[in-house]
Amino acid sequence: MIVIALVASLFFSILPAYAIAPERMPTPQLEARYLALIHGFRCMQCQDESLADSPVNLAADMRRQIRDMLIAGKSDEQIRDFMVSRYGYFILFKPPFVLKTAWLWLTPGVLLLVGVITALTVIRKRAALAATDLEDNDLTDA
Amino acid sequence: MNRFIVPLVAFALLVVVLAIGIRQSPDKDLIPSPLIGKPAPEFSLPSLTDPGQRVSSTQLRGHWYIFNVWGTWCYACREEHPMLLKIRKAGVIPVIGLDWKDDRGDALSFLKDQGDPYATIAVDHDGSEAIMWGVYGAPESFLVDPQGIVISKFIGPITEAQWEQQILPRLSMSPGPAAASASSS
Repeated sequence: MIVIALVASLFFSILPAYAIAPERMPTPQLEARYLALIHGFRCMQCQDESLADSPVNLAADMRRQIRDMLIAGKSDEQIRDFMVSRYGYFILFKPPFVLKTAWLWLTPGVLLLVGVITALTVIRKRAALAATDLEDNDLTDA
Repeated sequence: MNRFIVPLVAFALLVVVLAIGIRQSPDKDLIPSPLIGKPAPEFSLPSLTDPGQRVSSTQLRGHWYIFNVWGTWCYACREEHPMLLKIRKAGVIPVIGLDWKDDRGDALSFLKDQGDPYATIAVDHDGSEAIMWGVYGAPESFLVDPQGIVISKFIGPITEAQWEQQILPRLSMSPGPAAASASSS
């Protein structure tokens, strides 16, 4: 019984972690854009959490900054540019495809291509080798 | 034997690439600032010591300065404090403070007890100025040149080595008034 109570209390102690007060926006449209934006930015202090999920003060300040900019009529693009100009691409969970990040996006594709080419050449060589083996056998037989 | 060389070299290359990646990953704590080489943010904020007065970036134009983001709630800032006092004593570059989300009374009594290393202190009460500078922890410091360009950023307390190797040499390199008077003599 005590164990169940303890486990239950553990479970309920986790719940307040979700209790970051949802900051309301004046219209549903702005609210939707606000939510999309804050999920796309990294909290610079906790780094693996988004601004939407982070309970730290800095994240709250940055959410306020984003709300102020949205209400001031700034576009999503302008808000993203503002954040990147201050904190760098690191603040975006999905880094953009630019010269600086090209290797990040291209490396997996290049590695895959190299793998496929290597596999194909090896398979071709083996097939050729097997063929010549057969011919050799034919010759020795003859 | 020969056919193992290509995969081995490829594997070695991959190891090197991944090793560099892993080596650099702890530097997540030291994210390079996109402000370096760009104009420092313009600001005009109330002064800590005299709330009627304003501290603004235009007053600072024409001088090198260190922009130091701190707060009495920040433990590492207390660690940095003796170094800032030393910089003040050296008298070659002013340190401009940004008191970040702090209690005014706490800040004033801290400076009274521990000494005031700042030429002037701006107050960022709600934390919006810190966002302009891309601050994500305290202390953080920016070295700004007389044209108002951010030359470097220091995350965490400024160290003796950073002061001697990265700040002082910059100041003597600049064609500031000190260099001009030295060449004329």
